[in-house]
Amino acid sequence: MTMEQKKKAKSNNPILGIIKHNWGILLALVGLFILFSVISPTFLQVKNLSNILQQISMLCVCSVGMTFVILAGGIDLSVGAILGMTGGIMAYMMTATSMPFGFAILIGIITGILTGMLNGVMITYFTLPPFIITLASSQIIRGIVYLLTKGQSIYGFPDGFRMLGRDIHGVPVPVLLMIAVIAISAFLLYKTKYGRYIYAIGGNGQASYLSGINVRAMTIFVYAYAGLTATIAAIIMNARLNAAAPTAGQNYELNSIAAVVIGGTSMAGGEGKISGTIIGVLIIGVINNGMNLMNVSQGLQMVILGAVMILAVVLDMLRRKSEKKKH
Amino acid sequence: MLCRGFLEREGLPEVKSDRSTGERCTSLSRCKEEWTLEREVILEMKQISKSFPGVLALDRANLEIRKGEVHIILGENGAGKSTLIKILAGAYEKDSGEIWFEGKQLGGLTPKQVQELGISTIYQEFNLIPYLDVAQNIFLGKEPLRHGLLDRRELYRRAEELLGRLELSIDANETISNLSVAQQQMVEVAKALAFGAKVIIMDEPTAALTEKEIDSLFSMIRRITSGGGSIIYISHRMEEFKKIGDRITIMRDGRTLKTVGNGEMTINEMIGLMAGREITEQYPPYLGNPQEEVLRVENLTTGKIHNVSFSLHKGEILGFAGFVGSGRTETARAIMGVDPLRSGKITVFGEEVRISSPRDAVRHSIAYLPESRKEDGLILKLSIEDNITIAVLDNYAKKLVLNRGREHRDAARYSEMLEIKSAGLSQQAEELSGGNQQKVVIAKWLLSQCKILIFDEPTRGIDASAKYEIYKLINQLASEGTAVIVISSDLPEVVNLSTRVLVMRRGEVAGFLDRGAATQEKIIEVATFGSSGGREAETVQRQDERQNGV
Repeated sequence: MTMEQKKKAKSNNPILGIIKHNWGILLALVGLFILFSVISPTFLQVKNLSNILQQISMLCVCSVGMTFVILAGGIDLSVGAILGMTGGIMAYMMTATSMPFGFAILIGIITGILTGMLNGVMITYFTLPPFIITLASSQIIRGIVYLLTKGQSIYGFPDGFRMLGRDIHGVPVPVLLMIAVIAISAFLLYKTKYGRYIYAIGGNGQASYLSGINVRAMTIFVYAYAGLTATIAAIIMNARLNAAAPTAGQNYELNSIAAVVIGGTSMAGGEGKISGTIIGVLIIGVINNGMNLMNVSQGLQMVILGAVMILAVVLDMLRRKSEKKKH
Repeated sequence: MLCRGFLEREGLPEVKSDRSTGERCTSLSRCKEEWTLEREVILEMKQISKSFPGVLALDRANLEIRKGEVHIILGENGAGKSTLIKILAGAYEKDSGEIWFEGKQLGGLTPKQVQELGISTIYQEFNLIPYLDVAQNIFLGKEPLRHGLLDRRELYRRAEELLGRLELSIDANETISNLSVAQQQMVEVAKALAFGAKVIIMDEPTAALTEKEIDSLFSMIRRITSGGGSIIYISHRMEEFKKIGDRITIMRDGRTLKTVGNGEMTINEMIGLMAGREITEQYPPYLGNPQEEVLRVENLTTGKIHNVSFSLHKGEILGFAGFVGSGRTETARAIMGVDPLRSGKITVFGEEVRISSPRDAVRHSIAYLPESRKEDGLILKLSIEDNITIAVLDNYAKKLVLNRGREHRDAARYSEMLEIKSAGLSQQAEELSGGNQQKVVIAKWLLSQCKILIFDEPTRGIDASAKYEIYKLINQLASEGTAVIVISSDLPEVVNLSTRVLVMRRGEVAGFLDRGAATQEKIIEVATFGSSGGREAETVQRQDERQNGV
């Protein structure tokens, strides 16, 4: 009973809980911060930090959706392509038609959700491996983007829409959107039954099914959610760049999987936290930003990022081992 | 006195002993006894202690294994059997104590090194590679080479020789995934022998086997021991010990209490020692109280069962007997909506229902407690609490938000009621013992208030006193008006627990036996040959004949 009470006292403080669960990667993040602030005088400036947050906002939003999918025992390789497609569709509607930009966003979001649902339906109804289905659908979707845009970028969006990429009272709107997505996702995952179901079906689909959980519907839901978050990332990207390129979102699926894995979520599903994913995104963002400040070449950046990923995963494995020993 | 004549006749290895005379004697039984006494000790674990934070898992445990014996380790879940075995296998590091094997002290070895020394463990979850064939699995990591390349001819020759020595009728070219569980186990044993195992540890080897398969496992064990190999055998099935065991070590609370020869103690004495108290009854008093019909199943047919009909009453315990594969679990799956129905009708509380998924079944108050808890019953990574409430989360959601406080209170209530032993409700289900995991599954469905519960092998892999508690619980549920189906391969369990017994055979209902009429012998007879008794069964048969005639 005393152990129980202790555990409860600990979990009562969410910040402490996050630190306890993620200390390995937090340590890595802090290390990077110290390293870059020593090397580059501009790194710790407010302007640069705000810049980092804006740069990572799109990846962060995508990665949160990816966390849902991976927690539920799946994987989604099509989020980058969905980002490109919905970005292109919204851009087309805002430039070629005279409809209000809110309507374009709505169409974009519906398209994103439907595409995700289609992934989910294929995976559940034909019981096909999500890796293959989403790999194939990412090809199809990216192909559609090229067909629709004829390979050209679309630019010049209405002012109202571009506000979504700027600041309000000094706070960048992309960052606000990112925080909203994180908050809503954390709420869904930790406070509602749907979140519990996501952990359950990722942990043991068969047992969940026999417990009366609608596994199909939940699986479709997580892919739809990943489609939605990819679309939100597309909105941010369009607004920040004032352009939509057919290549937009390339590699986003891999980077978000990287962030989720760095964040300590099990690729087998059923185990992991959003907080880990966010720290994973921050690590990727800080490394990119810091190395840009240092004028490190693109090639070297990739090498270092890969090495950091391995390091983070090793640290996480050590954390898990030490936790296992305690039991 | 130890005579050479006996050893020669039995084909036993020469034993070094100062009491050995080399003379021939006249009494075989005395010789056998002497031989057992004199057998060389191959493995000794002395004063082994191991603690995990908060728990002393092993407290100065001792174990002595002789050459050529089957040594049974008996103890309830959590008594320290697995910890002892894992220390021996090199999976855990001991805190203190000594391990002696063939006169040498062991320590700080990896599982692989231990295996190479000649101590192999066969776990409940096999370590075979499903897509490779039998020979490739047996010699995995020890492939015969010629000029640095794989020598396939030699590989299959050696594998066949080994399989032949064990008198197994398994094709060395067969892919593992095509073998039955029992055959895979045999391959595991062959693999251990290929590694030169002198001591083979078997953890619950019969848990998933049929009677016939158990017999052939036992004869294989005898072949190994008569060749001088030793077996350490862990099981919960008391009746097996009489057949196969030479000596028995009884454990409780991390200590080894006693090592006795087979037959020196009665089963009840052993259970009493294991539990730390006197147990006179293996089964609690029957409390079933059959009333009105709550479930009626008519002519249920799926790909695996044909025309299954029966009815289940409030307060009744209906036992499902029959051999493995006779369609018992498949009937439950059909009722739960897992396997699609080809035809048939299900009526719940007088109302015909359509059930196409477990979700529908739960809505109609039917719950299924699967035989494999880890695969089908629990979400191992989730906490005890989350596992208990998972089936009824709707009850805790108010405008989307789950009421964790109420969840916690209810989970605590049921975990207390079922006496689930844990370090707290937030502990992962993975870390519990088998009996406690089963209790978590039961707690989940008690909380759901389902009125029809289908237990599939509810006590498989569970120790005697936890079994007793589960029987008591099933009886109590029935007395309070729950309708219970118990699918079980454990015949004494079926006989003692059930109000009525439904016997299945080849996917059909072979007959019904009332409490009193249902003896073990009668059940086996019906399961083997079918029956002329039981009206419902007769109707089914007649319908069948008519169908077959068409």
